[in-house]
Amino acid sequence: MNAPQADHLKAVSDAALGEDEQAAQNYFDQLISEDSRVEPRDWMPEGYRKTLTRQVSQHAHSEIIGMQPEANWITRAPSLKRKAILMAKVQDEAGHGLYLYSAAETLGTPRDVLNQQLLDGKAKYSSIFNYPARTWADIGAIGWLVDGAAICNQVPLCRASYGPYGRAMVRICKEESFHQRQGWEILYELSHGTPEQKQMAQDAVNRFYGPALQMFGPPDEDSPNSKQSMAWNIKRFSNDELRQRFVDMMVPQAEALGLTLPDPDLKWNEERGHYDYGKLDWNEFKSVISGHGPCNVQRMQRRRAAHSEGAWVREAAAEYARKMEAHNAELIGA
Amino acid sequence: MSFASNDSATKQSAGIAITAEEIAEQGITASEDVARYALYLGDDALMLGQRLSHWISRAPELEEDIALGNIALDLVGHARFFLTYAGTAWGKTEDDLAYFRDEEEFRSCRLVEQENGDFGQTIARQLIFSYYQHELYSKLVESQDETLAAIAAKALKEVQYHQDHAAQWLLRLGIGTEESHRRIQEGLYYMWPYIDDLFHDDDVTAALPGIAVQPSSLRENFDRRIAEIISEATLELPQVDQAWGGDRSGEFSEARGHILAEMQVLARQFPGATW
Repeated sequence: MNAPQADHLKAVSDAALGEDEQAAQNYFDQLISEDSRVEPRDWMPEGYRKTLTRQVSQHAHSEIIGMQPEANWITRAPSLKRKAILMAKVQDEAGHGLYLYSAAETLGTPRDVLNQQLLDGKAKYSSIFNYPARTWADIGAIGWLVDGAAICNQVPLCRASYGPYGRAMVRICKEESFHQRQGWEILYELSHGTPEQKQMAQDAVNRFYGPALQMFGPPDEDSPNSKQSMAWNIKRFSNDELRQRFVDMMVPQAEALGLTLPDPDLKWNEERGHYDYGKLDWNEFKSVISGHGPCNVQRMQRRRAAHSEGAWVREAAAEYARKMEAHNAELIGA
Repeated sequence: MSFASNDSATKQSAGIAITAEEIAEQGITASEDVARYALYLGDDALMLGQRLSHWISRAPELEEDIALGNIALDLVGHARFFLTYAGTAWGKTEDDLAYFRDEEEFRSCRLVEQENGDFGQTIARQLIFSYYQHELYSKLVESQDETLAAIAAKALKEVQYHQDHAAQWLLRLGIGTEESHRRIQEGLYYMWPYIDDLFHDDDVTAALPGIAVQPSSLRENFDRRIAEIISEATLELPQVDQAWGGDRSGEFSEARGHILAEMQVLARQFPGATW
């Protein structure tokens, strides 16, 4: 083949590839514009795949790290019923982590790679879990406020354009609403208990309320990726819209608990039909998420220790599976 | 294929309907003798549940966080049944018994109080205890005491899974790598001296013929079945003398105080409070 012939063939194949890609892109765009679901085998733009892999794996990591502050109270839970409920709840979080890692794997990155990104400090997780769970009431506040914020964030994700993610979120949201209810119940019992118990509940709410509002992410004007996520139907509402929805939901619930929310600027705005709320400390948020919260070091240390101390167990399981496979192959061969 | 709803491991299928709350509300009162026996069963389950729950968020794999957590949850559930039932004899709740008894008032065996150690040590303890509990509940379902029989019927289904979990890990660790073989073997040696404690008949069990299971009657099956699985896992059956002093009337491990200090601390800061 002479050079001009080769060039000609290459040009033809590029054009063909280009056309295929254009057709795939058109199909993807059509799915999004129809508000349909993108499934693992469908073509998707690299940016879409990357954004989702990051979001879904960060969500999985948050579930896993989030087990720690609550596990911290399992052995000290003040009644056997509370102990059993808390154990079931933390187990659920591990289950959520598993669904989400599985959803992320359908995008092409294996779970051990994602896990390694967490261990290496290259992947982020929700910064709320870097705050300490000092008292039993913190378990109530985590359930009520943190899981409550998570639900506000996650219910719209049940309609995310990526199928495996949306379906995982349906199941997760069902369990999260139980979690929020158990948090509410803990705080209700405390706020209707002795004065010391009520004080414990108020103190926990005072500490967790601000960080819970920050779980929705930076204000819209500082959240450059939100727009693209919304265009892709991954995200349905902006950070500030979700935050507002959460505040509006929590004010009457706090009143029913007999507890106050630590925001002097919190006020009903008749004109807007929403509560106005005070400015959040975004310097604190940036500092905690970049590794300087009260417990970042401990959370990562515990995760790394569990992983490295469990290495021999995982190796044994893999080796056992290999031996059994070889043994079975031998039996079939013979 | 369809499953009847009573095939679920989390639902009890024989005898009276059962949750700890229902036992409390039924108005049945255990006799003093039955209550003393129920404490044996409840305290073992509680101590082991407490120990195992420490693994949650620390296990070698996420799947094991869930599995060990689930077993711990089952055990705390069993403890709630037995302690609630025991409490009916003395006008006490499950929490009175779990949180406001002192060390010498508990009746757990030394095995369940032993340290978790590494995963191998934990699995060794799980293996021994779940094999024992399986024999125990298999007989207790025939107890003339309907409440004990109903609790056992529910617990037995769960313990079948616990036993399977321990056996599967014994095989993986025993046959897996040199290191895992060494560690699980060490775990078995560590736990083995406390096995006899599980099989002592005493005045509490002797006072309840037809109601309590006589622990010595479980020994033969236990010995045979545990030797089989240990051999299948290419491990050696530990040949060690039993640790001196281990009846349930007051002998207990050093670890018990630490377990209770942690478990009871908050409840005792607020006596009389509800949660």
